[in-house]
Amino acid sequence: MSANSAFNDEKGGSSSVGEPEYGHDPASGGIFSSDYKRHDDLKEMLDSNKDSLKLEAMKRIVAMIARGKNTSDLFPAVVKNVACKNIEVKKLVYVYLVRYAEEQQDLALLSISTFQRGLKDPNQLIRASALRVLSSIRVTIIVPIMMLAIKEAASDMSPYVRKTAAHAIPKLYSLDPEQKDQLIEVIEKLLADKTTLVAGSVVMAFEEVCPERIDLIHKNYRKLCNLLIDVEEWGQVVIINMLTRYARTQFLNPNMNESLLEEGSDKTFYGSDEDEDEEEEEEKDKKAEAPAMAKRKPYVMDPDHRLLLRNTKPLLQSRNAAVVMAVAQLYFHLAPKAEVGVIAKALVRLLRSHSEVQYVVLQNVATMSIKRRGMFEPYLKSFYIRSTDPTQIKVLKLEVLTNLANETNISTILREFQTYIKSMDKDFVAATIQAIGRCATNIGEVRDTCLNGLVQLLSNRDELVVAESVVVIKKLLQMQPEKHSDIIKHMAKLTDNIQVPMARASILWLIGEYCEHVPKIAPDVLRKMAKSFTNEEDIVKLQIINLAAKLYLTNSKQTKLLTQYVLNLAKYDQNYDIRDRARFIRQLIVPTEKSGALSKYAKKLFLALKPAPVLESPFKDRDHFQLGSLSHLLNAKAGGYQELPDWPEAAPDPSVRNVEVKDSVPEWTKCSSREKRKEKKVEKPFYSDSEGESGPTESADSESDSASGSESGSGIEESGSGSESEESEEGSESEEEEEEEKEKDKKKKKKELKKPVQESESEQSSEEEERKHERKSKQRKSESESESDEEEDSESESSQTESEDSESEAEVKKKKKAAESKPPSKPVKKDNKKEKKEMSLLDLDDFEPAPSPQATPVNSFLSNSLATDLEGLSLSDAVLSPATISPSSALKSYEMLHRITGEGLSVEYCFSRQPFSPDANMVAVQMQFTNNATSDTKNLHMEDVKLQSGMRVKEFPEIELLPAGEMVTAVMGIDFCDSTQAANFQLCTHTRKFFVSIQPPVGELMRPVFLTENEFKKEQGQLMGMNEITEKITLDVKCRNEHSIVQRVITAANLSRVPCGSDKECRFAGRTVTSSSLVLVTVATKEEGAAKLTINCEKMVIGTMLVKDILLALTQ
Amino acid sequence: MIHSLFLINASGDIFLEKHWKSVVSRSVCDYFFEAQERATEPENVPPVIPTPHHYLISVLRHRIYFVAVIQSEVPPLFVIEFLHRVVDTFQDYFGVCTEAAIKDNVVVVYELLEEMLDNGFPLATESNILKELIKPPTILRTMVNTITGSTNVGEQLPTGQLSVVPWRRTGVKYTNNEAYFDVVEEIDAIIDKSGSTITAEIQGVIDACVKLTGMPDLTLSFMNPRLLDDVSFHPCVRFKRWEAERILSFIPPDGNFRLLSYHVSSQNLVAIPVYIKHNITFREGSSQGRFDLTLGPKQTMGKAVESVLVSSQLPRGVLNANLNPSQGTYTFDPVTKMLSWDVGKINPQKLPSLKGTMSLQAGASKPDENPTINIQLKIQQMAISGLKVNRLDMYGEKYKPFKGIKYMTKAGKFQVRT
Repeated sequence: MSANSAFNDEKGGSSSVGEPEYGHDPASGGIFSSDYKRHDDLKEMLDSNKDSLKLEAMKRIVAMIARGKNTSDLFPAVVKNVACKNIEVKKLVYVYLVRYAEEQQDLALLSISTFQRGLKDPNQLIRASALRVLSSIRVTIIVPIMMLAIKEAASDMSPYVRKTAAHAIPKLYSLDPEQKDQLIEVIEKLLADKTTLVAGSVVMAFEEVCPERIDLIHKNYRKLCNLLIDVEEWGQVVIINMLTRYARTQFLNPNMNESLLEEGSDKTFYGSDEDEDEEEEEEKDKKAEAPAMAKRKPYVMDPDHRLLLRNTKPLLQSRNAAVVMAVAQLYFHLAPKAEVGVIAKALVRLLRSHSEVQYVVLQNVATMSIKRRGMFEPYLKSFYIRSTDPTQIKVLKLEVLTNLANETNISTILREFQTYIKSMDKDFVAATIQAIGRCATNIGEVRDTCLNGLVQLLSNRDELVVAESVVVIKKLLQMQPEKHSDIIKHMAKLTDNIQVPMARASILWLIGEYCEHVPKIAPDVLRKMAKSFTNEEDIVKLQIINLAAKLYLTNSKQTKLLTQYVLNLAKYDQNYDIRDRARFIRQLIVPTEKSGALSKYAKKLFLALKPAPVLESPFKDRDHFQLGSLSHLLNAKAGGYQELPDWPEAAPDPSVRNVEVKDSVPEWTKCSSREKRKEKKVEKPFYSDSEGESGPTESADSESDSASGSESGSGIEESGSGSESEESEEGSESEEEEEEEKEKDKKKKKKELKKPVQESESEQSSEEEERKHERKSKQRKSESESESDEEEDSESESSQTESEDSESEAEVKKKKKAAESKPPSKPVKKDNKKEKKEMSLLDLDDFEPAPSPQATPVNSFLSNSLATDLEGLSLSDAVLSPATISPSSALKSYEMLHRITGEGLSVEYCFSRQPFSPDANMVAVQMQFTNNATSDTKNLHMEDVKLQSGMRVKEFPEIELLPAGEMVTAVMGIDFCDSTQAANFQLCTHTRKFFVSIQPPVGELMRPVFLTENEFKKEQGQLMGMNEITEKITLDVKCRNEHSIVQRVITAANLSRVPCGSDKECRFAGRTVTSSSLVLVTVATKEEGAAKLTINCEKMVIGTMLVKDILLALTQ
Repeated sequence: MIHSLFLINASGDIFLEKHWKSVVSRSVCDYFFEAQERATEPENVPPVIPTPHHYLISVLRHRIYFVAVIQSEVPPLFVIEFLHRVVDTFQDYFGVCTEAAIKDNVVVVYELLEEMLDNGFPLATESNILKELIKPPTILRTMVNTITGSTNVGEQLPTGQLSVVPWRRTGVKYTNNEAYFDVVEEIDAIIDKSGSTITAEIQGVIDACVKLTGMPDLTLSFMNPRLLDDVSFHPCVRFKRWEAERILSFIPPDGNFRLLSYHVSSQNLVAIPVYIKHNITFREGSSQGRFDLTLGPKQTMGKAVESVLVSSQLPRGVLNANLNPSQGTYTFDPVTKMLSWDVGKINPQKLPSLKGTMSLQAGASKPDENPTINIQLKIQQMAISGLKVNRLDMYGEKYKPFKGIKYMTKAGKFQVRT
């Protein structure tokens, strides 16, 4: 023990040697030993029974930590106190533990059990702080414990604990990045949280762990927008920055039209120069056609885009500079040009703040003012410089003023600059001179005035000022040298006095370049320079050589010897650059036998007209970095910087929008029975502990199902700590989960798991009972709060319910890895189109009777749709042979690409209802391409397929040529995984790409099966209860006979008729394509058009959607 | 986000360090010291310094550098704003934010920093919540604590973090219920040589000190809200109400807080309360310069101009100044060349003046820069923009509070060029 502590002391000693203010001289044993003793008495105090002594010891230890001293040798003594009753001692122990746990991993493990106990404390704040400390201990061994704790806390009923869980996620991720996948699941869950407390923290976790998973945001986008104003300010910054990136991927550029114009002007500027470019340009033109079309229809902003802009605007009034900046950058990157102006006022306000804030804000303003000058023009005077500003602020303000200068305000700006030149701060004066130079180049009218002013500065006493002026004048003169030979003469005189190398070099270059304008002076300057050559700086020497060379070429009589002399001096210079230059120039200008060819052109080489330099702002093009970011400030990519994506392709991007729409629309149009169930869910917050309410309505069976159904549940149950709140949460969804249970064939597992759950329940039930009361009362409170919020903003209300829906949806989806819902309203809308399309489809079939390669009548009992049609026509009402019952009307066809958006190419698709031979689990989709354009379309193929997880696509073979006016059909297969999620992909031609999507109605997700009546009844008997959905309907007047019922049902869904003895009943059977779950439909007719529709299906979701579809088919 | 924090004093000692993630060696501050050396003035140290593995973001307050160590991309303002919030909290807790105060209360500082950041992400920055968690040290409490061994850490777990109004704690009780509002306006101006105004604007704040029992809901309305051009609010203010009715409606935090800061629209002409007649000349060849300054009131609406302080940075060539003030005292620091003249109250009958000579370096040529003059002043009982509070109402509680409103005008960045 003593050896050990001595060793530690040594470590402590060595680590503090570097800091003389605290260090102990290791040589002086006295101090060393007293230090050793002091630690000893600290240990004693920590071991004592008195809290006051412990506290005193801990305070001294913390003070040592704060000063950066090593106290790791006290670790065992401190850790013992982790369970101390005194709160302050406990807190200080936590501080110590978090600091040293990484170094003393084994000992740190001793404390873990305390925190694990804390995680189950009935007090939410203790639970939270236990999780906080536990997750801060950087010991890899406890990763699984942390993971478990986070998962558990993520579904805690207290939003504060959930917030802490969100905070813990990046900690665990940095400790063990391999946990990423699991953590993403937790993030997904927490993103769905509706409390403002959690929102900021979870988005922060999202940004640190998986910023690339932008898809997780879709469902939560509107909710985040609406919550934003109530989130705490730090969270607001993170959310706004993330939403900026999100919006850049999802919406269209609101300034599209303007940018197009700019592009156009660019083209005329660069174009016509080279012949090669023309081909490119043609292509460009074609590409530009689509946006041009978009221009014709005026740009309409996506309502979600508008929502974001509207909800962030009030935050410009925040007292927190970071929030204001975040909103400002959001507006700069996302808002239409006309609206960006609102941020200027807020940014100018920030200039009143601390100088560090000013520094950052000015950097951003400088970047913005290049792109959007008009925005800051009204605030020009706010950027005037005060003598008390720090230099770095002055220089930035100068930058902004220069950017804002234009014809109208240049005179006032120059007057300001004049006073700045008299400043005592010489760095600032130099910057001002540069700024004047830039104003002069940008604004032609004031060029002469500026030049005169600068020439006056040449007589300034401060050499730095003069030097800077010379450099700037040189640049200005290059633009129109003829006029200013007197200035050049004046500058030639300066060479006697001015010592700053850069300035001397500039003068020499000027004289050399324009030696024709000063033919008498130039040789003389060279003479002087030759004299002082050896004492000059390198850049000056190089310019002397240049000057000599140029003079030799123009005036060799006078300067030949001088040049020789200079070159000889340079030949033996110490600097190799200078030696090289001398050698190179000698070869060029002095003709010898060897260097024949080039020396002829020496004059051309040296005295070519040089383009004037463009004086550019250093902030130009910095806006490719997200404004307000560290990377923007440094103008270099910082670690972890997320690139701000470009706006999506100019063409409207319906597939991405569809995702947005789908989030909300399907939920509105749920069938009534489903809606009722939904409502029940909405009423209780998802962390509610309302088992008592929901219990009675559910069968005992479903309860156990739900417990084992959740994936997080299984993990928790193993540890024997399944929390009830989680169960009840799942309980509300048990209906959906039940089917999924069967689907996954988890029955075995279920039995195994049942036992531990019940055990843990009984253990906890008494504690839980007490907690429940607490929770309920709190929830009611929070509910009422949220209600009042909703009243305030009706919009937020609607979107909240939306998000709630989509949230529960999300949870179902997460588990199923496939989605289910489908807006039944869509097919209805499309029904109108259908009639038109039918004709064309028939035409097509006439034209090309066997469109799909796999449509061989041998392996299908339906040959093709035309044949089906004929069959349907030939069928008499009486004879209904089950084998041939099939869609008796033509297939519905849907539009994939309209002829206008497709630039002449139109695509329609229908579900051909034939087995897709390459893969039985796929739904065959038959596509019909029509080329309405005047030119041929080549290389039609698909690319970049975006699918929900589990879905697969078999692409159609590439169509090499589609001549103008022709039609072609192709078949592709899609495995929709029994969900109505759209398959999104790009349809590519040789010139263009179109985003398209295919979304199946639920009826197309099944294939017909043949069952006998007995089989049907037997199967139906097994699919009772939860799996049966019954609706009472009133049949449409036109569809009261059996034949029309059959026809309509079969049109709506790909089912086959089951023979039946009774003529009052029609039965249909099918299986879903992917999972082969049975779908049984019964329509029992009664008097007066009343009927009962029964659907039995083990996939609940499919069942509910199918009810809706068939209902529509039969009643309209 | 924020990895570590180092506190560095004016002489370059690191006197406190705190790490929220893995420990970052304090040698990272060497890059900061390098930048500090390069900068001529303390405030010229760049706020953001990139180093090979980290980024240092620093603020300078009360001659202490607060240096945060960052490892990856984070909005710099986020860190800067947070650091300022830390300083504000320290000031709130200890009265002053000096090295001595921080060293004396190092445990409280550590506890505060622990609560304010979790894994580098701000957790509780609202002073009301923090005060519930950690009680600020007072002399009485320190004494009691040493005797009884009780602690500064709140025994009760704070509920503020959980409430809908995180800025206000529940169960507040006062015997005297009072609410005070200070309307303070500052004039920022640049006046040119000839006395004409180049730019002038008014920035104002309303600071409040509210000591009210329970959960009061206050509304404050102005006679002339149109004056307010650009505003920023404490999070407690209901923005929608302001947008619609131009009324400040809020549940106030307990204690001192800044309710509102505003900018008066630039269309309004700004009244400049004082004028300066100045004559500062250096003659070529002689080693003497003349200094002549007279102050006078202008557009003060009958109110007295008080606490006037004039300061000016004289050119480097000035060795000494031999001046004669008609009132107040003046000092000249020959090292920094800073001249400051504490005038006090301006008496309109007898205008204060400062006259005399400056001695220049012998043989040096006449300085070609002109000093600028900075002025500080105070005018009580007046808001220079003319802003007036109309009424203050309280809802939600039964008692009658005592209400008070005070107006004051100050010079902000008020500069006269010569």
